[in-house]
Amino acid sequence: MTLQVQLVAADRSVWSGEGSIVIARTVDGDIGVLPGHEPLLAELASGVVLVKTTEGEEVAAAVHGGFISVDADTVSLLAEVAELSHEIDVARARKALDVASNGGASDDDEANRAAQVRAETRLRAAEARI
Amino acid sequence: MGAQLRVVRRRIRSVQATKKITKAMELIAASRIVKAQNRLNATRPYTIELSRALTAAASNSTSIDDHPLLATQKQKVRAAMVVITADRGLAGAYSSNAIREAQALSNLLQEDEGYEVVPYVVGRKGEGWFRFRGRPVARAWTGISDQPTYEHATEIADVVLARFLQPTEEGGADQIHIVYTGFKNMVSQEVRVRRILPLEVVEEQEEAGAALAPLYDFEPSAEAVLDSLLPRYVRTVIYTALLESAASEHAARRRAMKAATDNADELIKSLTRQANQARQAEITQEISEIVGGADALSSVTAGSE
Repeated sequence: MTLQVQLVAADRSVWSGEGSIVIARTVDGDIGVLPGHEPLLAELASGVVLVKTTEGEEVAAAVHGGFISVDADTVSLLAEVAELSHEIDVARARKALDVASNGGASDDDEANRAAQVRAETRLRAAEARI
Repeated sequence: MGAQLRVVRRRIRSVQATKKITKAMELIAASRIVKAQNRLNATRPYTIELSRALTAAASNSTSIDDHPLLATQKQKVRAAMVVITADRGLAGAYSSNAIREAQALSNLLQEDEGYEVVPYVVGRKGEGWFRFRGRPVARAWTGISDQPTYEHATEIADVVLARFLQPTEEGGADQIHIVYTGFKNMVSQEVRVRRILPLEVVEEQEEAGAALAPLYDFEPSAEAVLDSLLPRYVRTVIYTALLESAASEHAARRRAMKAATDNADELIKSLTRQANQARQAEITQEISEIVGGADALSSVTAGSE
């Protein structure tokens, strides 16, 4: 049994294929979805989504805000912004992290924290590639 | 060369130069329609999945009726409308059609239902229209109409959502409408008016009846999921409207520029005829002058003999 996985961002379809396990971070904590999972609709937190494909490869993506829905072995990951690990510009993410952790570009603390989380997520997703 | 011939030739050259420009604009617009269409199609998976999730969350949520984004039992004081127009002209009646429809909507809201209408405008053309008539615009976004991104849509959605959630007494809007140009196909686009807020969920529940929605397990809860789904849904609606309008704008521009190119062709044809006629007239005149001169000469010589 395999999972039909599709990862879609608001403006494009990022990745789709067959997977054996999907690991994602919801607002309540990390979850792993295996074939035969009950129907689930959960809110995703900013985090790394990991899909192990049936060929044994690992696909990692940075996802910022969205949903995971599981139904009849079909997993849909919806994200407003999603990037596959190889699409991530590591240098830029590192720079963004530097800016955000050193007080940030704006005066808004919440926005800074969000920027920091985003940058960290992207770096983690990028590392999952190696 | 005669004076008239010179004038006509100059006009031909100027029309030819204009034709080159309109032809180029036509080709550019044609290639952009395809790109805009592709972008529109790329959003489809997200939109479909999102409305499916929304339907599931809404039908499992207990407090649907008092959700702030769904409640229709609001006061009837103020309504906001988002009007999507072009940044640049030379697109035929594209912007004016949208504006006309917006005008009809605001009349309807004002006169029949007694709302105060607050316009939000996308595109320089719409902004100029409102400014010229001295009507206050709550907010205008310019420079995004031909290649809108999701970030633009998010920005617009956040502004109108904030306005909607504001209490009416403090200037909040009780309804949000959007006026955009729907892209049917290359040759036909139509202005559409849609209410974005409060959202209508009824319609989507009917769709769910077709394919039975599974019994989802919600995390953290159906209400919380619905809460964060709804603003995203609003963003997608606005994003789709922006993309459709962009595709329509390019299609309208292509059509207008095609008409202009065809017109230039016609004009060149009739001007060329005029030029030929003028040249022929000149030649005829010259010949008759020569013949007349020769005649006069020969009659003078004949007389002297």
